[in-house]
Amino acid sequence: MDELINKLKKEVIAQLNLEDISVDDINPDAPLFGEGLGLDSIDALELIVLLEKNYGIKIEDPKDGKKIFYSIRTMAEFISEHQKKA
Amino acid sequence: MDKQITAYTYIGEGKVVVNKRLIFYQEKITTFAEFIKSLYKQEQLAYPKFYKMDSLSKLGFISAELLLRNENPGRFKPGSLAVVLANSSSSLDTDLAHQESIRNRSAYFPSPSVFVYTLANIVIGEICIRHGIKGENAFLVSEKFNPGQLQEYVSDLLDNNQAEACICGWVEILGSNFKAVAALVEKDGSLASLKTEYNPLPFTEAALNELMKVN
Repeated sequence: MDELINKLKKEVIAQLNLEDISVDDINPDAPLFGEGLGLDSIDALELIVLLEKNYGIKIEDPKDGKKIFYSIRTMAEFISEHQKKA
Repeated sequence: MDKQITAYTYIGEGKVVVNKRLIFYQEKITTFAEFIKSLYKQEQLAYPKFYKMDSLSKLGFISAELLLRNENPGRFKPGSLAVVLANSSSSLDTDLAHQESIRNRSAYFPSPSVFVYTLANIVIGEICIRHGIKGENAFLVSEKFNPGQLQEYVSDLLDNNQAEACICGWVEILGSNFKAVAALVEKDGSLASLKTEYNPLPFTEAALNELMKVN
């Protein structure tokens, strides 16, 4: 899981152009939106694209987004679960 | 009192000039991204959203930032500052990036953060958000720099009390070619002339033409 979390951090930094933020700056349990990284609605769409492009995962129900994208860890858990099912 | 240009910025040919003073120079420009990032870092502009902007917005944003940096934030009442910008390529630089992302049907991943910048006037939105500007705004697209049109449009806003002051200029980028000139035009420039070393210019077509030639 730690490996996936680190990979995901790098991908999020690149996808969202978080230039002044390093992997170590991101707490995997901190909320991605509101506080924490302070991401916005366009960033949320970019994260959906990231999951589809890098992991082949489509979010079927938009309501799930809030839970999946709560933190880097919840994203990693969702990816991991999806990979087990596949 | 006649309308005056009370401050200006010029970005082009590796140079950044603010009110006649050269503040940044890069002899060899590798890419626009590197150039504008170096300028952002040198000027210590702390605005993380800058990195998420497209090139046109970065160029316009920094121009406005340098133009208004020494202004008292309360000097302009909400709604009294207008923004009128122009260029020749509209948002084509970003349109091409978006097109590239949707070109291949088997790898069709349009980026929402690129797509939102496929309108030239988004740069004005970024400037307005940053500085709390709520005045009139317009983005004009013409094949070449048209100082007469710009001067007439801005004068009309000021003469008809649609604004007390206006940020106006040219913000152009396509690939590696870029140039930006921004001027702060005020109805009564006498106040600004007291607080800066820069001597205001009369707001004329000829003065706008001269600003485009700063070197």
